[in-house]
Amino acid sequence: MLHVTEAVYDQMVAHCLTGLPEEACGLLGGDPEAAAVVTCYPTRNVAASAKLYTVDPKEHLRADRDAESGGHSIIGVFHSHTHTEAYPSPTDVTQAPDPTWHYVLVSLRDIRPVVRSYRIVGEVITEEPVTVSSR
Amino acid sequence: MSVTVHLPTVLRSHAGGAKDVTADGATVGEVLTALASEYPGLSGQVVNADGTLHKFVNVYVNDDDVRYMSALDTPVTDSDEVSILPAVAGGAVDSSRSLPT
Repeated sequence: MLHVTEAVYDQMVAHCLTGLPEEACGLLGGDPEAAAVVTCYPTRNVAASAKLYTVDPKEHLRADRDAESGGHSIIGVFHSHTHTEAYPSPTDVTQAPDPTWHYVLVSLRDIRPVVRSYRIVGEVITEEPVTVSSR
Repeated sequence: MSVTVHLPTVLRSHAGGAKDVTADGATVGEVLTALASEYPGLSGQVVNADGTLHKFVNVYVNDDDVRYMSALDTPVTDSDEVSILPAVAGGAVDSSRSLPT
């Protein structure tokens, strides 16, 4: 189960939409024990591609420091799939950097964006529910 | 020369759960070698067997990515902080679940 605030949810979707036609990406800061995301860190996709993303390494460092200074940590990453469903691709799985992270996919294939979250441990994909709270 | 090294969550279990550790060295490469010697579980996680930086890892000295400096030869001093973070990447390419276009 991944908990996100409405503000985080809206920021993720907005960042993905404004990133079109390329994939967009960002990091999620929060409480790893509670699986609660409290801060969305939209980042630049330095791959600048509609089919690939790479989080800007310098923005990752800044996000990591900001999250840790607030007593949190980076607990996941989100990115968009512009023309496919919100399911991890083989690329997403092989490059998943941390088994404790939450991997959020935002599909922009249809008019209404679809947001889903996964755990990826040892290349095994498990979907988890996403709850959106007002605060 | 002893510098602080900030570890990513995925590597902390190899260092007894520590977020920050110290290691000696005059360059990033020397610091990482000392670190792997102190914590053998970190060996091969950041530096490849051929002595190059692992492609799925980013290493910084203070605010700067060492790939844009002198990579593992980048010098460090006592006041520097070395940070290690995973390279975060992926994408929809080659997705077997893509719909035909």
